[in-house]
Amino acid sequence: MAYDLGRYDGFAPEHYREESPFKIHGGCGLMGICDESGALMSGEEPIKAMAVQRDRGNGLGGGFAGYGIYPEFPDHYCFHMMYHDLKAKDEAEEVLGAHFLIEVAEPMPTRTVKGIKDAPLLWRYFMMPHEHLIDEAEVTAEDFVVNVVMLINSRVDGAFVASSGKNMGAFKGVGYPEEIGHYFRLEDYAGHTWVGHNRFPTNTPGWWGGAHPFTLLDWSIVHNGEISSYGINARYLEQFGYVCSLGTDTEVAAYLFDLLLRRHKLPVELACKVLASPLWDEIDRMGADDAALMRSLRAVYGPAMLNGPFAIVLGFNGGMVALNDRIKLRPLVAARSGSKLMVASEESAIRTVLASPDELWTPKAGEPVIARVEGMDLPFHSQLHVTPAEISCAVTAVDACHELEVAV
Amino acid sequence: MQQTFVQPEFRVKIDYDKCHKCGRCVQQCGWGVYDFNERPIPHDEKCRACHRCVTYCPAHCITIEKNTLAFRDNDNWSADARKAVWKQSETGGVLLTSMGNPKPYEHIFDKLVLDACQVTNPSIDPLREPMELRTYLGRKADSVKVEPDGAGGFRLAEDAGLARNIKLDVPIIFAPMSYGSVSLNVHRSMAMAATRLGITMNTGEGGMHEDLFPYQDHIIVQVASGRFGLSPEILDRAAALEIKIGQGAKPGIGGHLPGEKIDRDVSATRMVPQGSDAISPAPHHDIYSIEDLRQLIYALKEASGYKPVGVKIAAVHNVAAIASGIVRAGADYIYLDGFRGGTGAAPQVVRDHIGIPVEIAIAVVDQRLRDEGIRNQASIIAAGSIRSSADAAKAIALGADVVAIGTATLLALGCHLCQSCHTGKCSWGITTQKPELTRRIDPEWGAERLTNLVHAWSHELQEILGALGVNAVESLRGSRERLRAIGLDEQTCRVLGVKPAGL
Repeated sequence: MAYDLGRYDGFAPEHYREESPFKIHGGCGLMGICDESGALMSGEEPIKAMAVQRDRGNGLGGGFAGYGIYPEFPDHYCFHMMYHDLKAKDEAEEVLGAHFLIEVAEPMPTRTVKGIKDAPLLWRYFMMPHEHLIDEAEVTAEDFVVNVVMLINSRVDGAFVASSGKNMGAFKGVGYPEEIGHYFRLEDYAGHTWVGHNRFPTNTPGWWGGAHPFTLLDWSIVHNGEISSYGINARYLEQFGYVCSLGTDTEVAAYLFDLLLRRHKLPVELACKVLASPLWDEIDRMGADDAALMRSLRAVYGPAMLNGPFAIVLGFNGGMVALNDRIKLRPLVAARSGSKLMVASEESAIRTVLASPDELWTPKAGEPVIARVEGMDLPFHSQLHVTPAEISCAVTAVDACHELEVAV
Repeated sequence: MQQTFVQPEFRVKIDYDKCHKCGRCVQQCGWGVYDFNERPIPHDEKCRACHRCVTYCPAHCITIEKNTLAFRDNDNWSADARKAVWKQSETGGVLLTSMGNPKPYEHIFDKLVLDACQVTNPSIDPLREPMELRTYLGRKADSVKVEPDGAGGFRLAEDAGLARNIKLDVPIIFAPMSYGSVSLNVHRSMAMAATRLGITMNTGEGGMHEDLFPYQDHIIVQVASGRFGLSPEILDRAAALEIKIGQGAKPGIGGHLPGEKIDRDVSATRMVPQGSDAISPAPHHDIYSIEDLRQLIYALKEASGYKPVGVKIAAVHNVAAIASGIVRAGADYIYLDGFRGGTGAAPQVVRDHIGIPVEIAIAVVDQRLRDEGIRNQASIIAAGSIRSSADAAKAIALGADVVAIGTATLLALGCHLCQSCHTGKCSWGITTQKPELTRRIDPEWGAERLTNLVHAWSHELQEILGALGVNAVESLRGSRERLRAIGLDEQTCRVLGVKPAGL
């Protein structure tokens, strides 16, 4: 690496860390929409969808992620940054400049919104990584970017990478989601896929970076749930070298997706069957091949089952996956209108955006709703390279991912 | 004969005004407590307080009381300690006893409490929702490998090894107790109940009697140091094989079935001569280290067509490292037997002073296997005084896959824990081979009682899972976050991986 890491050794960031020795409890509201034709939708749509779900949050966290929003820079990595102060900005920019050719550096466009206060400095950067550094490090471009994200989040005090993908971005903070959306002027953006989140933490650090979505590279996760099996999920992940230090269910879900999709190379459909397993009675009624597969998945991945109420939307460049727990203890409604597929915690959110959908249904417990943008790849098998796990790594300010790589 | 210093432990009192003089007590007592001379005359010194006579007395006129002889107070020399010295100075022998360690060591299970859901996550009502207890016992693959099935779906690319797992409908199985130490009717009861419940029984080191063959899919056969009752046919019939290294009640000690207990049937099943003592040495004479164990594990796998092979050990100080070695030696499960586990006969000094609690053993073994990334390679069976569904739930939360019940099984069949199994005179017909006593257990009746017990505990486990807000037992297994300690010291909490209540 061109950048001298030594100067930050032993440095403990004081700002922008979710301090959580204990598990954080809370409920939430969420939405996801994807136009499978690749046509773009205004950011006003996800705001509307979240605004009618206002009561699902308590004003302590809201956020969105949009895909396809930067068509003028489709191949550039776009970093959305949060800075506690100018010193943090200077230091982070030094790191960024050492690793990337910065094409554009600009403040995030925002407006004053009643209810949004104490915002950090918000900047965004469109950048290309220095190819020779990637070659020297003998890593993929994705790993290179992840390393920079980790570096900043763990070593640069007061700086936090809110998103780091291509042609996508996360917009999140402390406030109600519609306030956050308007604050970030989301109506000026257009994307083919949007996810949104409204947070109701019962024990909150009130931290802008702690709002959903959690993102890294192209991945974003929004999550409404309370995993009653958190204890064993975390211990299971520890066996594979993951360190669950945030104490949030989202972190556990992200690591599990990483383990199943990237490291164990399960197709996303089956990964969903692991996280929200069919009942034994259902498995016993399946055909022989399916039953053998599901029995094996349950027996081998029993400790990975997310037991307890949850609804989760995993967004990526190319679509989204929405999933409910195995007996549907949290709400999730889905609808299709033409090429648009939408999910939300409440039907009202869907009706606000898709007034009279062709089809509106309540997905069954444990049955994933998968949207695929035409012409874009779904992250299957080894195509997955960088994964949601690192999202949490990036936030935890620990070098968990480095340990993971060794373990692989 | 010299007068013994040891006074009777119990007083048998008969209310002669109520007594029918029917003599049933005389007939029921296996210990020979009663003479009959117009009315029953009890000899207190023979009474074991097993309550057989009390239970079957039609007039309810018998009571058994403690012989509350006063000794001068001495907190150091308890009455038991004094009696032991007197007994040994009379006989010069090792004091024999049976069943589990009765000493007042701290009960860790009783200092652990379970969690429940309130508001942020919902509890689940087991009367309305599915509540799954099914468990697979055995080695699991590291991951599941799949391939496209050509029809848009996926199928297993390679066998995940579940064929070599034992499916258990509930995570409670019957602990090993040999035919010889217990009667054939006890074995028949367990075999029938295990089949009905979708669980397993275990032969102990006594072989599988031919009457049990119809239930063989639910029978684990033990391979112990005496190698009794083993043949290619029996290996073929067994659902799984279990190498017994040790037993919680007597770690490091072998077994001794006296010749008088070895009648024709026991002889045929154990494959030892009738009337001769059957001695199981303390160690296996072909296992003097872990690599020897590996050879036996694989010899048994080869001989049985790769059935699951488990290893049973007593919980001792270094149990975590031992367990790790056993898993790496190829065992499909580890059976951890805590120091409160029962026995048909053991030296009292060993039973009461050797070994560690199973709670500790589960916690350290589960954690060690996780630290080494091999927890999936073997299941953990925990035993050694699982007294209730609560104990079972706590054992599972600490990290056990399955619990095994021995003492509770015998209690269900009438055992009153009189700790006299080694005498072979069990009035309840459990730990005896005397035909007039063994016929007291009708296998159909026994099977029903055992089925009831496991059903009851299963329902209670479902209630516990529901309160915890999970609907499958695998979400409780190893989930120590759902346990809290009350009144355990910090060090013990750390060993258990459990937080104190309030944190």
